[in-house]
Amino acid sequence: MYEHDVIVVGGGGAGLRAAIAAHEEGADVAIVTKLHPVRSHTGAAEGGINAALRDGDSWQDHAYDTMKGSDYLADAPAVDTFAQDAPEEVIQLEHWGMPFSREDDGTVSQRPFGGLSFPRTTYAGAETGHHMLHTLYEQVVKRGIEVYDEWYVSQLAVTDEDDPNERDCHGVVAWDVQSGEIAGFRAHDGVILATGGPGQAYDHTTNAVANTGDGVALAYRAGVPMEDMEMIQFHPTTLPSTGVLISEGVRGEGGILYNSEGERFMFEYGYATNDGELASRDVVARAELTEVQEGRGIEDEYVYLDMRHLGEERITDRLENILHLARDFEGVDGLEEPMPVKPGQHYAMGGIEVDEHGETCIDGLYAAGECACVSLHGGNRLGGNALPELLVYGARAGRHAAGADMPEPKIQTGPEPDAEREDLGVPVGAPGARDAAVDGGAVEHPDSDPKAIVEATAESERARIETLLEREDGVNHADVRSDLQESMTENVNVFREEGALKQALEDIQDARERYQDVYVADKSRTFNTDLQHTIETRNLLDVAEAITMGALARDEFRGAHWRKEHQERKDDEYLKHTLVSWNDGEPELWYRPVILEGDEQTYEPKERSY
Amino acid sequence: MSTQTPETETETEQPSSTSPQQRRMEKKQAKKDQREADEAAAANEIQGETVELKVFRYDPEIEGKEEPRFDSFTVPFEKGMTVLDALIYARDEYDSSLTFRHSCRQAVCGSDAFFVNGRQRLGCQTQIADLDGPVRVEPLPHQEVVKDLVVEMDHFYDQMESVDPFFDPDETPDGELEEQRQDRENRENIKLSTRCIWCGACMSSCNIAAGDNKYLGPAAINKAYRFYMDEREGEQKRQERLEIIEDEHGVWRCQTQFSCTNVCPKDIPLTEHIQELKREAVKQNLKFW
Repeated sequence: MYEHDVIVVGGGGAGLRAAIAAHEEGADVAIVTKLHPVRSHTGAAEGGINAALRDGDSWQDHAYDTMKGSDYLADAPAVDTFAQDAPEEVIQLEHWGMPFSREDDGTVSQRPFGGLSFPRTTYAGAETGHHMLHTLYEQVVKRGIEVYDEWYVSQLAVTDEDDPNERDCHGVVAWDVQSGEIAGFRAHDGVILATGGPGQAYDHTTNAVANTGDGVALAYRAGVPMEDMEMIQFHPTTLPSTGVLISEGVRGEGGILYNSEGERFMFEYGYATNDGELASRDVVARAELTEVQEGRGIEDEYVYLDMRHLGEERITDRLENILHLARDFEGVDGLEEPMPVKPGQHYAMGGIEVDEHGETCIDGLYAAGECACVSLHGGNRLGGNALPELLVYGARAGRHAAGADMPEPKIQTGPEPDAEREDLGVPVGAPGARDAAVDGGAVEHPDSDPKAIVEATAESERARIETLLEREDGVNHADVRSDLQESMTENVNVFREEGALKQALEDIQDARERYQDVYVADKSRTFNTDLQHTIETRNLLDVAEAITMGALARDEFRGAHWRKEHQERKDDEYLKHTLVSWNDGEPELWYRPVILEGDEQTYEPKERSY
Repeated sequence: MSTQTPETETETEQPSSTSPQQRRMEKKQAKKDQREADEAAAANEIQGETVELKVFRYDPEIEGKEEPRFDSFTVPFEKGMTVLDALIYARDEYDSSLTFRHSCRQAVCGSDAFFVNGRQRLGCQTQIADLDGPVRVEPLPHQEVVKDLVVEMDHFYDQMESVDPFFDPDETPDGELEEQRQDRENRENIKLSTRCIWCGACMSSCNIAAGDNKYLGPAAINKAYRFYMDEREGEQKRQERLEIIEDEHGVWRCQTQFSCTNVCPKDIPLTEHIQELKREAVKQNLKFW
């Protein structure tokens, strides 16, 4: 068994920032990650990092834009904390040597981004995430923080009280991908999940293949609610053939969207007559698909994003990476031709329910970054708000887990017995009961000694993996995964209809049934990616189901969530978060009110116009 | 384009009666015609085409797999298909034990560097249509093979860490919100060096690194360059960095063969960076006279 004060699961931006913060508090920290940290998906972020740094801007304005962008589904304490902490975090990165793009006076550049009332997006060319990830990893190396890379975490060691609010997390179980060794990791002070997004629930996504929602599913099975899972952001500019992202920076710098008639549709068809291409992402994504559906798309699939008029000098200075991506992955020269783009799954606004310190309802279990939902992004995340989120909330989770003295959180977490519940009338699946082998939320423990709990969990995990490996034939997980991805893209996309959502839930149930017979063809203990992908697929099933359940229940139009039969935002009914929790039975869907009272103002819902 | 029939490039002699410019124009036109013909041919032939992959296989603990061998997979070819796409198809459809690293599939995570048709390349960045068939995929040379296409990266990471790969200024501004200034020109100078994605292609292509296990190698030296050339770093750290790169297994081992520069998927001029650091070292040594 390995022992540390704080164990961070995941080596992307949030995990690295959390580890650095915990280390600065004096904790012995270890990062356990299925990829080497520099392989993490934070490296693919392109656009930038929002923070109010300049005269004429303020954290209040940043908070207001964020709340408005969220379509009033964000919690004000999360938004205010975020906007207040972001500037210091960005300058901290600068002090750590991050190669930001610069102005003539040597200060970091900022540029306009969608939904922002001030050009407050700092950036490093069109490869901001790459530079941020490497800068953070450099600091981890400098501090000598221990990294278990290519170790896959497959279970949490949590006590087995009946009420999730009373459970404690004492560590994780992981296996060494290279050797197959399965080991317990005891965390004296806390476990921080920073495992990134679940984009692989869809087949057209900007997310890496590794983004399988592992942390969300782990926390869910341990009893933590998943919050606002239906709120999936579709990025308006992804390359049609691969889903590779074309940064919002292109539109920020003045890139223009055209339909097949050569019309600048954002203005000419009135989707966003004030802000045009720089409207919020949900608005632009719907506009593009409407154009395609009305026959003004190119090849009935995509529209054009044109940046040629910006000139070669500006493009190579600020968007050079976009030229490489368009050339390598779509065969298009962005200096000579417009780039084909269409909406693709990009970001999960929802995730593991946490408070402002990143803590879940389970004592000692934290989450940060895209896998978490402190409820900062609500119904729609503004471009440039993901990277500061993982800095701000990664750092806070790290500090709190390491024992820093922090004020009482304003955001509540955990299942509530008296909450308003909803029965969808459609069968949904219990994650543990339908698994292929021994599984469940908490393992029953002989005593309450933390070490014994971690060891008992590791033992049950060894048995489960043994069962999976012993099975001689059955269903290939890759078939289950691709059917799931296709159904989600077909039925739970930008435009949502009741019938299709129910179809998706049926498909997910069907996939769960088949998953019961899944088997791992590769019997090797050495670098068994077959086994790893099989377990990831189970995580995707749980996450996809929560996305779809939330989407079916929320019969209104808010942020990224559009329902054909319900074309209005219903503030009187739906100023509330959707929560899906599972506690040894069927998944339950319930609600918690949104908090609109902030530090200095109460955010009054207004119509979003761009 | 058929992947079965290798293309052959033949240099044709130009008649000497025409001017150099005419010859260049003709050559350009010929290239353009060839490209258009290739594209037209590709458009006609894609339907129903397949590509043959020959993939290196090895698993140290499974009987019958511990002897290295090549497996062939026939994969349906689609326009735009990359080597990584073809590998994923082969794994998901034919043999789920086929093992390789990959994640972002957009040339930034650096995990899918392989030896494709005799050259280090990222699988996700390499179009099948640009290769001669059959496509031969092997693990990176000069690195220990863990299984199939997965190589041991620890040595590479150790070399990266040996150059103190982190920013280390003498002091940072007092105010929490006060920035260090960096000249645009200085950022431009280090820009290419900051693009490294740690894929290891350069190290694998380097003959010197292959023969000298202690040689820092192009990636690590480039990382040192990234900080040494950054005007925000402290003078003391610059001296320390020079000492690291001037070690007997440092920059002076480079024999400017350019193989690292040739294979770098991010077009980093690695050889040039190594030469610049050699010049810096000489300059510093002269100062002590």
